[in-house]
Amino acid sequence: MAYLTEKFGSAGALHLFAGAGETVAVARVPAIKASAKNRSKKASHGTFLYGLPLLGLFFLLWEIAPQLGWLNRIFFPPLSEVLVAWWALLASGVLIEHIGISLQRAAIGFALGVVVAIPLGLLMGRYWLFEKVSDLLVQTLRNTSQFALLPVFILLLGIGEESKVAITFYSSVFFLLVNTISGVKSVDPLLIKAARSMGTSDFDLFRKVILPASIPSIVAGARLAVKSSLFAVIGAEMLAAKSGLGFLIQNSQLMMETADMYAGILTLTVIGLTVNYLLVWFKRWATAWKGQSETSLI
Amino acid sequence: MDRPNMDRIVVSDISKTFQLKPGQFVTVDGEATDRVTVLDGVDLSIRKGEFITLVGPSGSGKSVLLDIIGGLTQATGGNVQLDGRRITRPDPKTGYVFQQYALFPWRTALANIEYALEVRGVAKAERTATARHLLALFGLAGFEDRFPNQLSGGMQQRVAIARALASNPEVLLMDEPFAALDQQTRELLQGELLRIWGKINTTVIFVTHSIDEAIFLADRVVVMTARPGAVKEIIDIDLPRPRDGDIRASAEFNAYRARVWDVLRDEVNKAQKDWTLSPAFSH
Ligand SMILES: Nc1ncnc2c1ncn2[C@@H]1O[C@H](COP(=O)(O)OP(=O)(O)OP(=O)(O)O)[C@@H](O)[C@H]1O
Ligand SMILES: [Mg+2]
Repeated sequence: MAYLTEKFGSAGALHLFAGAGETVAVARVPAIKASAKNRSKKASHGTFLYGLPLLGLFFLLWEIAPQLGWLNRIFFPPLSEVLVAWWALLASGVLIEHIGISLQRAAIGFALGVVVAIPLGLLMGRYWLFEKVSDLLVQTLRNTSQFALLPVFILLLGIGEESKVAITFYSSVFFLLVNTISGVKSVDPLLIKAARSMGTSDFDLFRKVILPASIPSIVAGARLAVKSSLFAVIGAEMLAAKSGLGFLIQNSQLMMETADMYAGILTLTVIGLTVNYLLVWFKRWATAWKGQSETSLI
Repeated sequence: MDRPNMDRIVVSDISKTFQLKPGQFVTVDGEATDRVTVLDGVDLSIRKGEFITLVGPSGSGKSVLLDIIGGLTQATGGNVQLDGRRITRPDPKTGYVFQQYALFPWRTALANIEYALEVRGVAKAERTATARHLLALFGLAGFEDRFPNQLSGGMQQRVAIARALASNPEVLLMDEPFAALDQQTRELLQGELLRIWGKINTTVIFVTHSIDEAIFLADRVVVMTARPGAVKEIIDIDLPRPRDGDIRASAEFNAYRARVWDVLRDEVNKAQKDWTLSPAFSH
């Protein structure tokens, strides 16, 4: 299922967001790139249409298999029942509340990650001593599962919001850090030389040369970081929370309200896809100067 | 003698020795060493408003010398004075143009030129006006909003030169600026450069591997020796200005061509025997 949705999502992303991405790209980049963009839009449109029948079949099976008794209705309610449950959750405002809480936790953790990782990454990437000293610690932390640390976060920060923010921060910060460092390291030395020849101060060098040159790498890291903090918040909410989408899914399962459970899962999928599209669009916008059509959605 | 007052740049006995990183070695004259002397006793005086071209075999330290004059690299010995002051870091009066353009790819043509003024604290309105004016001067009006990768090589180099000129430099250092361009574009840009130089009276030091280019542009051609680099000979080019492309076919031009090549040949041969040096560096 994940595979199918992912496929569908990929095609859909290009289709849905080609329009928005293109407006931006064209506004900043006249004439030259337009034809390439059109081509990639057409191509992705085609992929989307190709993918539709299989996805439709999947949803159809989901509907009829429980109806016909091929699957246990208690464990696998038909799609229509799930949608009804989903609508009820939505109408009551419960779903929105859970979504809001989960997104807020992920967003705060991610934002903290950005604030910490980018300045740190700029320094670590530029000054080798900085990196030499901190690399081992970073590698050690980075290879420790955030879920293994959840109990530690709870011990230190309590069961409330802080421990959730901690885990989403932890889940995003290393993607951002590692990609910022590698972005800084791959800045063309000639650009730094040119900047210095124009009398650029050290501070301006970071702000006006090294940071913008590293943006493509940082944005790629940010995509991984956002996904990672979304996954982390759901996991954490399943393990230790009284609110959020993870809690909704876990709790519905415990209560045997399976339609609600699937409604929660579907919501997650939709959020995941949406966020992914937004990030693809953002990446395109932020790196429009590179002028290459971005098709990878991974 | 009134020379000292006229000299804009005085290079005195410059030497430069690179200490390689730990573990790196090169073979110099049959011996392994981790120190390489690339410049040794460079003396050169350049007058205000003069157009100097610098030729020499590959590896003779032309780029290093330019970096030292630009204040980007510290010399090991000797000193460079700009208007009587010793250069220790990039001087606001100096502009630098590189072979690979070195434009910021995330900035538009206009914003690239503005950069030079931005880091000098010029106000937004003024720097935009200056940048527009310069783009127009280089025939690039209408290309303000293009990113570098949407411009041809010749256009990119025009933007890079415009950027170097934005701060009104009194000295312009150019390291093989046209080497990556095709012949037509190259000659076009040589003409443009001379035209603009004629207007602004900047002192130019221009490194090139092309003898034709060196003669066509220069008041004086400076020929460097093979590594360790020093000034081998300075050849005055007494061709009338303004110059146009036809001058290349003239007898005088041909005579200069033979003359420069004559001086350069031995050094190029020497440099070729020195090839073992090059693979150790990625430059
Ligand atoms: N940072 C450095 N460390 C060690 N050696 C260096 C360094 N920079 C330059 N060199 C060496 O100094 C020598 C002169 O280099 P330079 O780039 O100035 O030559 P050049 O005359 O500009 O050559 P070309 O015509 O090929 O551009 C070369 O042997 C080069 O490898
Ligand atoms: Mg060179």
